[in-house]
Amino acid sequence: MLELHDLTKRYGDRLALDGVTFAVGDGRLTGFVGGNGAGKTTAMRIVLGVLAADSGTVTVDGAAVTAADRRRFGYMPEERGLYPKMRVLEQTVYLARLHGWTPAAARRNATELLERLGLGERLDDTVESLSLGNQQRAQIAAALVHRPEVLVLDEPFSGLDPMAVETVQSVLADAAAQGAPVLFSSHQLDVVERLCDDLVIIADGRIRAAGSREELRAEHGSERWELLTTGDAGWVRGIPGVEVVSFDGGWALFEASTESARHAVLAEAVSRGDVVSFGREQTTLAQIFKEVVR
Amino acid sequence: MSRNLTTTAPRRSTDAAAERHEPRFTEATWLIAAREVSSRLRSKAFVISTIVLMAAVLASVILGSVFASNSEPTKVAVVGAASGAVADARALEAVPADDLDAAEAMLRDDEVSAIVAPTELVAASGLEATSGASSTDAAAAGLDVTVIGLDQVPDDVARTLAVIPPMVVLDPAPADPLLAYLVAFGFGIVFFFSALTFGQTIAQSVVEEKQTRIIEILLSTVSARALLTGKVLGNSVMAFGQIIAIGALAIVGLAVTGQRVLLGGLGASVVWFVVFFVVGFVMLAALFAATAATVSRAEDIGSVTTPVTMLVMIPYFLVVFFNDNETVLTIMSYVPFSAPVAMPVRIFLGQAEWWEPLLSLVILIATTVVAVLVGERIYRYSLLRTGARVPFSEALRG
Repeated sequence: MLELHDLTKRYGDRLALDGVTFAVGDGRLTGFVGGNGAGKTTAMRIVLGVLAADSGTVTVDGAAVTAADRRRFGYMPEERGLYPKMRVLEQTVYLARLHGWTPAAARRNATELLERLGLGERLDDTVESLSLGNQQRAQIAAALVHRPEVLVLDEPFSGLDPMAVETVQSVLADAAAQGAPVLFSSHQLDVVERLCDDLVIIADGRIRAAGSREELRAEHGSERWELLTTGDAGWVRGIPGVEVVSFDGGWALFEASTESARHAVLAEAVSRGDVVSFGREQTTLAQIFKEVVR
Repeated sequence: MSRNLTTTAPRRSTDAAAERHEPRFTEATWLIAAREVSSRLRSKAFVISTIVLMAAVLASVILGSVFASNSEPTKVAVVGAASGAVADARALEAVPADDLDAAEAMLRDDEVSAIVAPTELVAASGLEATSGASSTDAAAAGLDVTVIGLDQVPDDVARTLAVIPPMVVLDPAPADPLLAYLVAFGFGIVFFFSALTFGQTIAQSVVEEKQTRIIEILLSTVSARALLTGKVLGNSVMAFGQIIAIGALAIVGLAVTGQRVLLGGLGASVVWFVVFFVVGFVMLAALFAATAATVSRAEDIGSVTTPVTMLVMIPYFLVVFFNDNETVLTIMSYVPFSAPVAMPVRIFLGQAEWWEPLLSLVILIATTVVAVLVGERIYRYSLLRTGARVPFSEALRG
């Protein structure tokens, strides 16, 4: 388990991180969400040791992280960077070897990973000759080639086409399935919503919410209910204790003051005809995010 | 801690454990150095500049041999007993002729440059000496040959046959001033060129890593010290390789073209030059890396490394211009930045006592250690600072 304890970082007058504390569980894909300048990149850089915190600690399985531990981390920095004139395979192998892999194993890992990421045809091309999307894939390979035990990825999905997003998702899910804690930041809330097990929301250097996706949904979920029938749903307005928020033909969105009022709506709908769906209004991550950050 | 990782989380399969281990400092350094070397070898600019430099060295050796003009031995026709006199003269190649007439025919056909014949024979043929001692005087002095030219007095041939008395010099003058200048210039240009080329290369490779941001990945993998050491090592190997190749080319070239005299005089100073160069280069490399680390864009390398470039240039010009001023040269041979050029020049000129290069080397090594330590500090502090240039005072305070 990767844990951040009370991290604080100040840039001049600005407090970039203010007592940031959260955990990334083993085998959990954890989405790290926040607006621009909220402190995501700063926190990730501190985890990787490329930036020093003013105070606070980072631990793995309860012990403070050392330089040797960090060699078992996989990191994708916010600012992408590979040697432009080095070949893709050569570069990926080089990074694996810096992490202590034998030449043969490094080459095997790198080739497998690059092929999986769709760069099998471009192994001997220089990085600078690749399209931006392919450079991004090479970057992901660079973060994963040494089979890291902890993954920290800053915006791994930005600049990828939908197919590449799928591939990267499956690669990350595999890493988590192997037991690695995976922390990734993203602005693409739909991707985060689909992919992650846990969520951490940060704003102005403070953690605003953290927990599993389901917990957060339950906590910040809507009190509104949705009904979709084949007939006209205008009758919902007549049920006592119910206030219709929105209504359109067979569809109604309403708030019920009591549980029995809600049940009454369903019973009435069933007696009147065909119910297509009935349930709590789906809260999107975007809604939760807006609510939490506000 | 890593024990903790493996015991509490059994993530690594057993076969993976055999294929991966905790990388040691030396290993990381070696990998980084190897990458520097291979990327340099792949750079067209490097290959071309090396070829140009090699060609220049080869050309200067060949030109030197042409000017030294100790080329082909002169062919002379020898008649009868004169062959004994010619056999001792190394610069002459004797072509035996049956008699004076045959020899004259060879001379007129331009097959030989002159005829060397016994004086009696020449006197008997009725030819009068146009120059030199009269036949009778020459015979009295024991010179029993006469040299015959076609349309000019054959001075050069006559000189090689002359008997030179033993000579003693009471106060030997220093080496030929022109030669001293050439040697100073030679050491200077090689040091100057290599230090600047590879210094700039290191600077570029540091900034490239900052500019492309791969530095974040590298620093989360290896220490700044390993990175700096690997860079300096890799580029030093390239610079030494180039110097050794140039040295070998020059020595082989001098030997092949028969300029052994110059070679003998240069031997010791060349060895010292290589020793000083190796240490001095490491010092400059650390300074180039450190100064370059304070900027984030390739365009800024030039201005930020100017002070280091000056440290290479000023001593070079001073040594070249003041190679005949013993005081200036002595001072320069102890200043770490100019010692790699000035000390070998002094050794060549025979001005240096045996202990002087050793003392100067100790000073250079001490300065290099300081430069590397300070350089590493600036480097480590500045690597992740992008945007505006990092002030040195801030980098030093860390």
